[in-house]
Amino acid sequence: MGLSIEEVRHIADLARLRLTSDEERRYTEQLSAILEYAARLKAVDTSHIPPTATVLPLRAPLRPDVPRPSTPREHILSNAPQEKEGMFRVPPVLDTTS
Amino acid sequence: MTELSDLNLLEAAQALRSGMTTSQELTETCLARIEACDDAVQAFLALTPDLAMQQAKSADERILSWRKKSDEPLPLVCGIPLAVKDVLCLQDVPTTCGSRILEGFRPPYTATSVQRLIQAGSVILGKTNTDEFAMGSSTENSAYGPTHNPWKLERVPGGSSGGSAAAVAARMCFAALGTDTGGSVRQPASFCGVSGLKTSYGRVSRYGLIAYGSSLDTVGCLARNAADLQPIFTIMAGHDPLDSTCLVDPVPQVSLDQIELRGLRIGVPREYFIEGMQTEVETSVREAVGVYESLGAVVSEISLPHTDLAVPVYYLIAPAEASANLARFDGIRFGPRIEGADLLAEYLDTRGTLFGSEVKRRIMLGTYALSAGYYDAYYGQAQKVRTLIKADFEEAFQKVDLIACPVAPTTAFPIGQHGDDPLAMYLEDVFTLPANLAGVPGLSFPVGYDSDGLPIGMQLIAPHLAEASLLQATHAYQSTTAWHKEQPSL
Repeated sequence: MGLSIEEVRHIADLARLRLTSDEERRYTEQLSAILEYAARLKAVDTSHIPPTATVLPLRAPLRPDVPRPSTPREHILSNAPQEKEGMFRVPPVLDTTS
Repeated sequence: MTELSDLNLLEAAQALRSGMTTSQELTETCLARIEACDDAVQAFLALTPDLAMQQAKSADERILSWRKKSDEPLPLVCGIPLAVKDVLCLQDVPTTCGSRILEGFRPPYTATSVQRLIQAGSVILGKTNTDEFAMGSSTENSAYGPTHNPWKLERVPGGSSGGSAAAVAARMCFAALGTDTGGSVRQPASFCGVSGLKTSYGRVSRYGLIAYGSSLDTVGCLARNAADLQPIFTIMAGHDPLDSTCLVDPVPQVSLDQIELRGLRIGVPREYFIEGMQTEVETSVREAVGVYESLGAVVSEISLPHTDLAVPVYYLIAPAEASANLARFDGIRFGPRIEGADLLAEYLDTRGTLFGSEVKRRIMLGTYALSAGYYDAYYGQAQKVRTLIKADFEEAFQKVDLIACPVAPTTAFPIGQHGDDPLAMYLEDVFTLPANLAGVPGLSFPVGYDSDGLPIGMQLIAPHLAEASLLQATHAYQSTTAWHKEQPSL
């Protein structure tokens, strides 16, 4: 099954990827080909087959709930492209002008 | 006299113990090899010579005091120079995953697998090239340019751990760490004529491995033979409280000679010999199986009937997991940021510009497979077929102890061959993906060379957590054959 260029734009938007028009065209073609290949899975009868999300037996191991040192703030912030007053700096997300 | 760089890991360890050489001398030898060869091979993304010499000096002190009173065991990897794939974090050392989106990132911590080797006294030479975020089968998807195969420089080294495989093959290090999500240790090992172990899912901690497909990612290692892989594996493996999927099961300390090949049941899956594969690959693999037979193994043909579905299953599940894992790269907390008018514009431009084309392709594929209306048809169905692929192995291991099969349909292909045809590249992974989907371990090792002089690999696959059988069986083969001793004339 083929993807339309509008669908590709929608997926790119969901995935927060700005694409050039050339990329949109190329991905439309390539993703369609890949999905077409993947369509062979539909022919497999899986009506009684459970899904595998992990190959390990599901467990939720617990550890003693004791405090331990965490990575120092400066160490984490040293990788930030922009920081301010010990925090990650980002453009305003709230409109504060009104 | 043999060059120091021609020694294998165990020989180097022996030379360190006897005082014939020092870790500093081994490290200088490796750094000189890198200096001499890596302009042509391009295996390394970052070198850490100062750190390496400092680690070597400590290792030499440790070896010296061990020699004075050897009451504490000295790890075999102590003083041995290693390379680390650039998807594993090493504190304060640039870690890029072969991506521009992590340019300049210096991790605040070290991956458990690497940390355990450092604690055991290993020397870290640097970080090796990889397809961006380990997505690829040729190392051509690195934002920093491809690595070249030491056997023939215009060929790919395989991928995604192509830098690690090439560094081992070119004798720039004694062993290297890699990761295997869909074949990324085994296939480059095969293309570069080295031995590569993909561990069982859950065997080695993933803490500090920058995630690609979390239900498939495994840390592995590459070296010149199976005997060299064993000490690296045993140090890395075992429970880590920092990774809840890292199993508590004990890691058996076995002797490599302790295998009875007489009566060992080896299955050869008929689905792994397909139309269009290189004849020489099939011939060499069948010959290697014949060697096992001559050593007393009982060989039979088996069937893994869902093999041909591994490509579509993997290329829905891995991208789906990747699309979630790679959401964290948004230019806020690490890596460069492309400034924009508002937060959304910054996300779009940072990710759109700094991710490479294969990474964007997989993020979109995964986003689509997980999106409302398509989830059941794609991701859900892929998870169900994954159950069938896993069951294929469970059934096979009722009848046989090990599975022997090719690693890739061909030997190393020319750089640029698959150009912009992603599906053709995905089909290269047809023989390696099933083990990842089933979570079982595999070991790839050289069993011959084609008419162009390129290495041919075979893989053994074992039941979950049976790495010891893989190491033993490969060691048995390498004790009677010499393919693994061939070296590129670089």
